[in-house]
Amino acid sequence: MIRRPSRRARAAQWVLLLGVVSAAVVLANLAGGNLARRHLDFGFGFLADHANFDIPFRLIPWEVGDTYGRALLVCTLNTLLVSVMGIVTATLLGLLVGVMRLSENWLVRNIALWFIEAVRNTPQLVQIIFWYVAVLQTLPAPRQSIHLPFGMLLNIRGLYVPALVDGTVQFPALHGFNIAGGTQIVPELVAVWAGLSIYASAFIAEIVRAAILSVHRGQREAALSLGLKPGQVMRKVVLPQALRVMVPPLTSQYLNLIKSSSLGAAVAYPELFQIFAGTVLNQSGRELETIMLLMAVFLSINLAASAFMNWYNHRVALVQR
Amino acid sequence: MRLDRADSPSPQPSPRTRGEGAGFGWLRKNLFSSWFNTALTLVVVALAAVVVPPFVRWAITNATISGASRAACGPDGACWTFIRTRLPLFFFGHYPPDQRWRVYLTGILLVVFATPVMREHVRRRFAYVLALLVAFPMLAALLLVGGVGGLPYVDTNAWGGLMLNVIVSFVTVAGSLPLGILLAFGRRSTLPVVRTLCIGFIELWRGVPLLTVLFMSAVMVPLFLPQGVSIDRLLRAMAALVLFNAAYMAEVVRGGLQGVPSGQEEAAASLGLGWAHTQAFVVLPQALRIVVPGIVNTVVDLFKDTTLLTLIGLFDLLGAVEQASKDPAWLGFATEGYVFSATMFFVCCFAMSAYGRSFERRLTRGR
Repeated sequence: MIRRPSRRARAAQWVLLLGVVSAAVVLANLAGGNLARRHLDFGFGFLADHANFDIPFRLIPWEVGDTYGRALLVCTLNTLLVSVMGIVTATLLGLLVGVMRLSENWLVRNIALWFIEAVRNTPQLVQIIFWYVAVLQTLPAPRQSIHLPFGMLLNIRGLYVPALVDGTVQFPALHGFNIAGGTQIVPELVAVWAGLSIYASAFIAEIVRAAILSVHRGQREAALSLGLKPGQVMRKVVLPQALRVMVPPLTSQYLNLIKSSSLGAAVAYPELFQIFAGTVLNQSGRELETIMLLMAVFLSINLAASAFMNWYNHRVALVQR
Repeated sequence: MRLDRADSPSPQPSPRTRGEGAGFGWLRKNLFSSWFNTALTLVVVALAAVVVPPFVRWAITNATISGASRAACGPDGACWTFIRTRLPLFFFGHYPPDQRWRVYLTGILLVVFATPVMREHVRRRFAYVLALLVAFPMLAALLLVGGVGGLPYVDTNAWGGLMLNVIVSFVTVAGSLPLGILLAFGRRSTLPVVRTLCIGFIELWRGVPLLTVLFMSAVMVPLFLPQGVSIDRLLRAMAALVLFNAAYMAEVVRGGLQGVPSGQEEAAASLGLGWAHTQAFVVLPQALRIVVPGIVNTVVDLFKDTTLLTLIGLFDLLGAVEQASKDPAWLGFATEGYVFSATMFFVCCFAMSAYGRSFERRLTRGR
């Protein structure tokens, strides 16, 4: 046997590498054999084929008969849309709840605490389906729309928000049996958006709370003694310093949120997973390719998001002398 | 808004309020200390007055729990009758009713095996952990699947409800914790091949959604099996969950390994311990102690994530609720079903997090 530890280690590594490579080869052979028996080949050429399904919600034009490749683009944009909406809302809501958690007011403090506990201790999937089935599908018809602030309307067909058309703001309004004007946000998107942002906000609130507590109390006392009002102390002294501590844990919450957007499949929001692991897989029968494609796209989105957050973290990090 | 720290005395203890009655002083300090605070209190009370009474009317006052059919339920209250009549389905899925004692017995065994592991001062905790993670699952599998010693065979397709969530979570923890520890050591290894493989493995699983991993186990894995070999669907899903969560466990454990001072390792080396002995008897026990709260968090997360099994066609609690609410005899009670399943998960997860927090307090107290 090999006596010298360094040589032994090197030999062990070669053996390990050989094992991994041969396992990969065996698996690839098995898959090749199974595919051949089903008269299938492996390849991504099907992306140029025409797809025979509709994508009910999209940001860029889509028609039945466009290619699978374009479907991938449409769905990726849908995933990105709900992720970005979720990240923005979750951050704002998390900031609010995190600050509420530290309020002097007993009621406010405890409401924030129980909000966090309730949201963190129930499955995200249950929450998303709850918003969709138990809340959005029981809303009134367009005629009895619920009026929200800023001219927004909420009914069973979704959320209608004012839209910017040719430089003027156009408010949604009832027109016959339907709503005209404004932009419609379909209920599927509202449900996923609510589910993603509320779930993440509870985790972000705890991050915010920990970050605020990590700011040295001397900072706050100094600001107060300079005559700043409590609100100003929070906005101008405490939060900017807390932000630096917050960025790394926030990054991982954002990445979680992006990955969770695949839960939109449960309420048929046409994002990547719903369309590719559902419709495309069934129509083309290409299990291997669709799953690999899905993983690759999510992995790239995540890597891009984490690279951006690292860059941002680097920028806001305190320059140590 | 002014902030007070949870663990330090409030900045200005005002002697004025202290002299007054305890109840009044408390109110004044916590609800009406400034005009802003008073306004907040009033807003919250007003909101509660709008939200709470309708909810109480729906969930309690106008709700029904007796009866056997939907005819018993009123139009403007929750129909808990739906939940009550379906309880066996929600807890056991389609497990044969006359065999349910096996599930109860497994539950009792779980409590028996888990108690010594969770107690504060136990000798030979490691032996108990080993029993819980190795002996108990084998015993439970024998009991639940059956087919030996006169126990009728129960197919895993009949498993369901909350029981399935608990079983899958347990298997996932028992598998992913040891694998995660190995990966954490691998990631800290000085051998480049081992380190690269471990980093690649961890980052791959952490970069993709769990749903794609579960889907992979459901539709992609059969492609990689030799002809004629098939693996139970539930087993495949469990394997996927183990691999996925091992990556998260690895990162938690790695944090703990980094938290052990290097002096510990040096001291062990100077006593003549080799690398393996040092890690197994000096570093790992201390590291695991630090990361128990992190492990508990991961366990809570993976327990919640078992609801995703519904989406690959397995029949967990959420799946049972969805199926029951699509029953034509009980249409329109989906809300009650989701509220019920959310409550069940809340109770389980809250208990686990409470244990994690108490462990954390114990940890800091010892310092």
